[in-house]
Order: sequence, then C-alpha cells, then structure tokens
Amino acid sequence: MKTFRIGGVHPKENKLSAGKKIEVMDLPKQAVFPLSQHIGAPAVPCVAKGDLVKVGTKIADAGGFVSSPIFSSVSGKVAKIDAVIDASGYRKPAIIIDVEGDEWEPTIDRSTTLVHDTPLEPKEIVAKIQASGIVGMGGACFPTHVKLSPRTPVDVIIINAVECEPYLTADHSLMMEKAEEILIGVNLIMKATGVKKAYIAIENNKPDAIALMQEKAKGFAGIEVCPLRVRYPQGGEKQLIDAVVGRQVPNPPGLPADVGAIVQNVGTAFAIYEAVMKNKPLFERVVTVTGKGVAEPKNLLTRMGTPMSLLIEKAGGMPEDTGKVIGGGPMMGKALLNADVPVCKGSSGILLMTEKESLRGEEQPCIRCAKCVSACPMGLEPYLLQKLSEHAEWGRAEAEQIMTCIECGCCQFTCPANRPLLDWIRMGKGTVGGIIRARAAK
Amino acid sequence: MNVILVAVIALGVLGLVLAAVLFLIAKKFAVEEDPRITQVAEVLPQANCGGCGFPGCSGFAEACVKAAGTGSLEGKLCPVGGQEVMEKVAGILGLTAEAGEQKVAVVRCNGTCANRPRTVQYDGVRSCRIAHNTAGGETGCFYGCLGCGDCVAACTFGAIHMNPETGLPEVDETKCTACGACAKACPRNIIELRPMGKKGRRMVVRCVNKEKGPVAKKACAAACIGCGKCVKTCEFEAITLENNLAYIDPAKCRLCRKCEEACPQGSIVAMNFPPRKPKAEVPPTPKAAEAPAAPQTEAAPQAEPVKIIIPTVETAPKASENQSV
Repeated sequence: MKTFRIGGVHPKENKLSAGKKIEVMDLPKQAVFPLSQHIGAPAVPCVAKGDLVKVGTKIADAGGFVSSPIFSSVSGKVAKIDAVIDASGYRKPAIIIDVEGDEWEPTIDRSTTLVHDTPLEPKEIVAKIQASGIVGMGGACFPTHVKLSPRTPVDVIIINAVECEPYLTADHSLMMEKAEEILIGVNLIMKATGVKKAYIAIENNKPDAIALMQEKAKGFAGIEVCPLRVRYPQGGEKQLIDAVVGRQVPNPPGLPADVGAIVQNVGTAFAIYEAVMKNKPLFERVVTVTGKGVAEPKNLLTRMGTPMSLLIEKAGGMPEDTGKVIGGGPMMGKALLNADVPVCKGSSGILLMTEKESLRGEEQPCIRCAKCVSACPMGLEPYLLQKLSEHAEWGRAEAEQIMTCIECGCCQFTCPANRPLLDWIRMGKGTVGGIIRARAAK
Repeated sequence: MNVILVAVIALGVLGLVLAAVLFLIAKKFAVEEDPRITQVAEVLPQANCGGCGFPGCSGFAEACVKAAGTGSLEGKLCPVGGQEVMEKVAGILGLTAEAGEQKVAVVRCNGTCANRPRTVQYDGVRSCRIAHNTAGGETGCFYGCLGCGDCVAACTFGAIHMNPETGLPEVDETKCTACGACAKACPRNIIELRPMGKKGRRMVVRCVNKEKGPVAKKACAAACIGCGKCVKTCEFEAITLENNLAYIDPAKCRLCRKCEEACPQGSIVAMNFPPRKPKAEVPPTPKAAEAPAAPQTEAAPQAEPVKIIIPTVETAPKASENQSV
C-alpha cells in the first residue's frame, strides 16, 4: 500500500469519535468572528455596531488577494467589534454578534436535494469560491481561490481525506454522510482548474469511507479513490503528493503546483459544493470534540463563532482532570488559553487532554540517536536546527533548510530525551522567515 | 658529510630568498592602519559587548578614529566605560569629549505574582522568545514580563537577576553598563535604557500594557489604565499618553513626583528617592499600590521591602489555576 517515502511516525490513532453520526450543534447566545481566520491579510469589517445581520450575511471583506471574507453564521445584532483571545493565544480584533432567532439570507438554498451541474464557467467558479470565503479546511486555512489559480499548469487534483492526526474524525464523518456532495465538489474543482484527474486519498484506517467513496466515485469520470497506509504526517501537502503520485515538491518557495498538483481538503470540497451549488457561504463546519476523559466524543456540525466551551458542554462537559484544551489534533494543534475561544474556519477539532497526558517529560541532553533525523518527513536534521536556533545561528539555519520544516512535530514526538525540538525550530523558522522577507524587501 | 652540508646550504639559501620575497611583498602590500586605532582600542574596556552599536571594542575604536576626521565624537559612547573612557579616547584623538548621558536599564513591568494573577500555566521551553511566540503568556497581560529570564542570560555583567518573589527581573544599577543587551533580548520591549538622572533618581511608568483600562486592570493590579491623570498633573508636559499607556520623557521630567501621587494604579514609580517622611497623623492609607515605589538603593531601610514581600508569597499560589498551556 502506498505512503510517502521519507520519515514519518505512527502515533496511536485514538479515533474515539469514529463512526459517530454528525450532530447539529445548538446556536450560541453570542457568536465571535475573529478577523484573522486565514493565512494572509486580516479581513476588514463591513458591518458596524448595531447592524442587523442574517445567517450568511457578509460581515467582513477580504483584506487583499491572499485573504478571505467572513460571513455571519447567526442572525442577530452586531454587539461590538473588539479584541478577543483567539486560538493564537493573543487578543485580536473580532466581530461579536448577539444571536436573535435563526433567520437565513433568502439566497441560500437550504434544501438537501443534490445539484449535479452548474452553468458557471471555470473562472466564475473560482470567483464564487473567493466570494464565499472558502479557505483550506484542514487547519492551515490558506485561501482556496489562491490555490485554484496556479501559476504553472496542473494535471492532477488530490483530495486530502487522510485525516492523519490522531483523535480527529471530522473528515471521516463528513465522507460517510456527504459522499456525493463531496464528489460533486471535487468535480467543481476539476472544472475550475481544467484538470481531468482527481484522487481522493484516504488512509486505510477508514475502510468504510474507502468503500463508500469507491462505490460513489463510479458515477464520476476521472475521480479515483487512493487508499494509503496509515502514517503521520500524510496529510501534509508535500507528503500527500509524494504518496499518491510520487512527485516531490521542491523546497520553498516551491509549491505543489510546480509539480502539477493541487491538494484540497475533503472538507473544502464539501464547502465548495455548498458555495457553488447551494449559494451557501462558509459559516459552518464539522468539529470533532474528543479526548480520553470526554464522556461522549462527538462530531458536531457547528456554526462558526460558537465558543468551544459550548461544544465541550455538548460532549458531556469538561472532565475534572483536564490538563490542556487543544484546538486541532494532538500533533499540530495548539493549546488554548481558555475554552471560550470561538470555532473558526480551521477548527477541525477540540481535544481535551488529561493532566497526565498533557505534561511534558523532563528535558534531557541529546543522546545523538538520530531518531528525529529518521522521523523527519522533510529529510531535515531537527537536532541541528534546534541547536542553531538556540544559538541564533540564523545564516546556517537557513542554509540547513529550516524554512522547509512543516512543523509536523514528528521529531519531538519521537525524541527519547524529550527535547523541545519543534519549539526552537518554529521560533527559528519565524526569525529566519523575517530575515528573508527583510532581504527581499530591500 | 657532503650531504648534510648541501642540505644546510640549500635550505639556508632558500630561506634567505623566501625571506627577501616575503619582506618585499609585506612592504608592497602593507595595510596602513591608523596607529590611533590600536591606542584607542587599548583604553576601551574590552568587554566586546556591542553596547556601543559597533562590532566589539576594535570596531568602536575604528569608528571613533573615523569620526575624528569629522572633528567630533558625537553619538559615540562606550556605555561600559562611560564618560571616563570617552575622555581618554577624546584625548588620544585630540578632541574634547562631549558630556554623554549615563544610562541604565529599567524594567518597565510591575506585574509581580501578587499584582498579576496567573490564569494558565506555561510548560514549554523556559525562554521568553519561545513563550512570546507561543501565546500571550501565563497571565491576562499580553504585554508584560514573561519571567523566563532571557534578559538575565543576555547580561554579561551580572547586573540583572530574577527576583523569585516577584517573578520579575531586577537591575543592579551599580553593575549595569547600559550596553542594551537585555533590552534587545526582551521580546516584549519591556526593558528600556533611560538616563540615570540626578543621583540616580528617576520617574518611570512601570507598565507597557496597551490594552484599554478595564482589560488592563483586570489582568494586573499595577497596570497603567490610560486614565491620563498623570498627564493633567504634570506641569512640565513631560508625560504623554499613547495607546492607553503613559510615558514619561526623562528629558522633560523634573522629578516633582506629583504624577506618582496622582496615579490611581501606582504604576508610576519613583526610583532611588529617599523614603518619604510620613505625613503627619495620616495612617497608612489603603493605597497599598504605593508600596512597590519603595526605593531600591542600598540606602533604603531594610524593613520596607520585607513588608512588600509578605503578601506576594501569600497570594501567589491561590491565584494560579489548574489549566495549563
């Protein structure tokens, strides 16, 4: 069975919420929409305090080409535009809306009937995706319309349905319930980019999803399901391209399009279907609430802006011994400062870690076992990059390809000495990135 | 015998010829260095701290000699050697040293464990730079000291140390050379180099929080809330208010201490002033916030700081919650 060639690890899967149906999350009393939910320029508010909004009303415009508009997920009144703590751990500007009723914009088609065809031209589809505020739903939140406007010719679309992060099952549950919608979404991506071939990559720990998608894909020309061996970080763009079509993306600033591939998350494909066929902008998503101490791990269809604490309540409340609340999966997710952080476009899951699990092991000296080197899926030397960052050797860190790091955390996961490798590398990457940008600006 | 003689002579001749070649090359390509550079470098403290803004002492010496060509040493100051060394440098270069201002590092955060309750626990690497990159920090204040001690590690003069009671760095003003290494190391720009002031006395807003009043106050009991009372009180227009934060311009401040009295939060601190005479018949007011304003000089009475420390120890463990970052 196929997988990527270099490195990787296999953490315990812990898919506690697998096979659970998607439940619809209740409406919050107040919804919070951070203006910076995506990579690129923050959105610019286009509503003011006191304005009435409906479900699907645009509340913030894109702040540039690499940016994305934001839509209200609730109906009600804009309470204020203020700074709130978001998943980054800092106070950032956000639009806060007091919820009143549940009135939708009349333009949104709320029926569940499948729409198979659209008269839209490829360029119009991309424009529609851009106007609907769609970003990569896997977690990185890169604006989708930018990816669909590649600078080099592309011959293959890969749909990322591997969900290699332990615990998370949002994409899995979405595939089980919305298979056909996803496939139409894939068709739309193919039409928009003029590509004739698409692969849906699924790890073989989801045999039910593989079987279902294979069955449904028979009705779609050019779409093929590609089962993959379970391996983290297979959901990384570069790893996935390597695993599915065996091409290697060049180092930054190289992009997947340079090897003729575009990778889109399965959630994104579904959002594209809803945006183009149902005229429904991106304002809700499936969020997995999980953790060993959680009473009922769930997959919840949640309106964006809902505080995570409500989702935790819905899943049986926060266990006594919770040590960390993590936004995302255990490998790449980020510990949150409090549970009132709102669900955003990239919130794939909420993981409650028990106190025992969440504690870091005692840091010990490097024993030169090179486990991090063999685990690194980008073929880097994490122990070296860590040292270079610690000693502020930015020039050498750049030469050792620190910018190639995808921050997957395999090195730190595998380190027997509990060394905080990724902490340092991430910091170094930020600094070196700044130096490179400053140099380019000169 | 012959072999040895031939070898000796051959090597000797070779040596002489090469020596001549080396001599000629050295003459022809000699780099002429101003002898004053070495002289200036010799009087510098050789701390190579970079505090002057040049790469080490030799770099500074070269810059001084170059500046001598323009006839002035303006803007050149060795923070470690101070005025004394600059006068020597000026003497070598045949100039007069301008009266440079002696500066000192000032920690502009008073978010002690008592003032600033912990809301989360950070268990990552003990490095301010990484903690700053990770999240807002362990307290509700996203501008204040992270307490991991990057400034302490950066100081080559042992002039800064963490006070375990307050969780904040403290500057030993007798050792501080104002090289600026700590200010550069701090990811939150809390440490500022300020003029030493007369007798070391100076007024400082010990807060860098730019949040609006209520948010700042909720995060830290000693936070500047941007109320502007100090601005109104100041008769010398030395205080400016920007982004909800007051700043005292050391050049304009006349050390009248009126702002200190006006500040409702006690975020304005008078450093190195002799203890105030207790006002007649006034019992210790609830203005406990004035307490951290206690002088930090060695001349300060020993009893006062102890009083401050006690509540710190009592409140700190209660404040922390079990949630961690």
